[in-house]
Amino acid sequence: MIEQPISGPTVGHPLVDNAKMSMRDVNVFYGDKQAIFGVDLDIAENQVIAMIGPSGCGKSTFLRSLNRMNDTIDICRVEGTLKLDGQDIYDPKLDVVPLRARVGMVFQKPNPFPKSIYDNVAYGARIHGLVSRRTELDEIVETSLQKAGLWNEVKDRLDEPGTGLSGGQQQRLCIARTIAVSPEVILMDEPCSALDPIATAKIEELIAELSENYTIAIVTHSMQQAARVSHRTAYFHLGKLVEVNETEKVFTNPDHELTEAYITGRFG
Amino acid sequence: MSDSQQDYSQLNNSEPRSKSSTIDLVNKNLAKRYRAEKRFRFLGLASIGFGLLCLVFLFTDIIGKGHSAFFQTYVQLEVTFDADRLDITDLTDENQLAMADYQGVLKAALRERFPDIKSRKDKRDLYKVVSSGGGFELRKMLEADASLLGSTQMLWVLADDDIDTYVKSRGDNIDDAFTGRLSKKKQEVVEVLIADGAVEKKFNAHFFAAGDSREPELAGIKGAIMGSLYTLLVTFSLSFPIGIAAAIYLEKYARKNKFTEFIEVNINNLAAVPSIIFGLLGLAIFINFFSMPRSVPLLGGLVLALMTLPTIIISSRAAIKAVPPSIEEAAMGIGASKMQVILHHVLPLAMPGMLTGAIIGMAQALGETAPLLMIGMVAFIVDVPGGITDPSTVLPVQIFLWADSPERAFVERTSAAIMVLLGFLIVMNTFAVWLRKRLERRW
Ligand SMILES: Nc1ncnc2c1ncn2[C@@H]1O[C@H](COP(=O)(O)OP(=O)(O)O)[C@@H](O)[C@H]1O
Ligand SMILES: [Mg+2]
Repeated sequence: MIEQPISGPTVGHPLVDNAKMSMRDVNVFYGDKQAIFGVDLDIAENQVIAMIGPSGCGKSTFLRSLNRMNDTIDICRVEGTLKLDGQDIYDPKLDVVPLRARVGMVFQKPNPFPKSIYDNVAYGARIHGLVSRRTELDEIVETSLQKAGLWNEVKDRLDEPGTGLSGGQQQRLCIARTIAVSPEVILMDEPCSALDPIATAKIEELIAELSENYTIAIVTHSMQQAARVSHRTAYFHLGKLVEVNETEKVFTNPDHELTEAYITGRFG
Repeated sequence: MSDSQQDYSQLNNSEPRSKSSTIDLVNKNLAKRYRAEKRFRFLGLASIGFGLLCLVFLFTDIIGKGHSAFFQTYVQLEVTFDADRLDITDLTDENQLAMADYQGVLKAALRERFPDIKSRKDKRDLYKVVSSGGGFELRKMLEADASLLGSTQMLWVLADDDIDTYVKSRGDNIDDAFTGRLSKKKQEVVEVLIADGAVEKKFNAHFFAAGDSREPELAGIKGAIMGSLYTLLVTFSLSFPIGIAAAIYLEKYARKNKFTEFIEVNINNLAAVPSIIFGLLGLAIFINFFSMPRSVPLLGGLVLALMTLPTIIISSRAAIKAVPPSIEEAAMGIGASKMQVILHHVLPLAMPGMLTGAIIGMAQALGETAPLLMIGMVAFIVDVPGGITDPSTVLPVQIFLWADSPERAFVERTSAAIMVLLGFLIVMNTFAVWLRKRLERRW
């Protein structure tokens, strides 16, 4: 492990013009321990941004503060300005329920509800009262499953338990469940780390398709994956955002020596 | 266990050795490890065997003593429904029906059966062959069929408990008979009846249809069963919702601080408080302060609810904790509110565990005696309770009461009542297991 002082601001281009979400001077603490140090970052609309870095560097922590999932951890505290379409998402007056409908999340381990495939996808639409008739709900379930590339595999067994699917199918079901509430941003925390290569390839394909209509932030420990699916890449190190650049640049000619050390596999 | 640990440390600490000697060492110790493993397994098996033996012993004893209570001795008599002797002129008159001297009719039937018995003392003995409650049957028959009035019928009449004990202990051999309080005259009478085939043991339906009585042959368990059911109803409908609500609050809403820690410690303490203390609490609060009536299922249920609450809270919290957090995150990640997460995901998944805990708590409450003694549910109550505010007793207290009675016939009833109680407990536990399986099998 290379111990190098990380000083100075983030190198590269952390800020963009067409930002869907913009974060300024974000600090995150678990109790007394600080996990994220002064991060400035913009997430561009309808783009995929990949977040990479050694494990424990705070990628998940940062991602989870984008839809206030960290609120569920008692000791966790988020400071700084985090905006979605110019609106402060940590505004005390803001309700997290609609926020999480707009900024959906897909987790590391596929976590379908122990309900039927149909109910899994329909759940979000139901709790948000998006539909009034069964046919509309059917339609949402079908289009969501289609967008997630799962429709053909499950259309004949919608009332079977979602937990009975294979790992890759479960993860696509979780993506369909997230899409069903029409989010604007999808956060993915190592969505393929529990999957085999074929299932991973399917998800990556899916991410590429989804990026046409959604803004996606994906945490991954696989540099190949980041290179394949993302437009921009952000490299985190020990809670600091070291470098943000076009993905191609990060993987061919990084600006920071820490980034270079990481992508060349010198630590990780 | 310690053997194998030693082996590993030896291997680790030792200087690098040649491969063969390491294998030799492993092989040498292998036999020892297998032996230790065998001993370990045998120990477990022996414990289970011991437990089973105790259980078999308990059941043989109880069933051996109690099975005879399910049969009761009847004597066959030729009974005349004599209107004059009954003093009934109008069968539609409730009053006349209630006041009629049915026992007199039975006495007349006995006199007719044994015309040789003349002296007053012997006659008194003769009359005691049938139960003092034997006449109730006649009234029921008359109510059902008016044409019986004036007719003569061959009837099976409930025998007195002394006769019952005598007949049961006698079996086929007269020398085994337990005579106890039975006078020579009564024995003679019974022997004559037996010789005539006029004595029979029939299924004791009365035992399941009547409340308590001072006369063993009339005493039944229904009062106690209903009392227990009403009490448990009150207990369950209080402690289950309260317990779940408390568990949800403590697990999902309460912030971890000194105060919640204090509450947590005290819930665990409460679970360990001897049950009689809850009885005293009930006495002090519900009877002395709120002036609630004694001996009623409502009160018993309240006290038992207090007692089972800690158990239910603890098991419900464990069930809630066991729900995978990933499911909750998934729901929150698409915008479910905290209440929706709990109602839609946590509760359904935790329900089997909660119900199991609740049913175990109920089983505990069903078998509880001490706190109920403190709040007067130990009273002698003849009527079968019809609601939660009727005076009643409960199964374990009924067992306690009967076990205290000197009559032989109550001994078998005690064991029979224990069988009924155990039966209920087994049914409840089976139900808990079934419920858990069923709810879990959904996915
Ligand atoms: N719930 C938590 N409570 C306390 N510390 C945490 C918690 N979650 C993460 N951390 C700490 O925050 C740091 C960043 O963790 P995380 O965001 O999970 O890293 P990554 O996802 O990059 O592997 C780590 O040092 C970790 O120990
Ligand atoms: Mg992580």
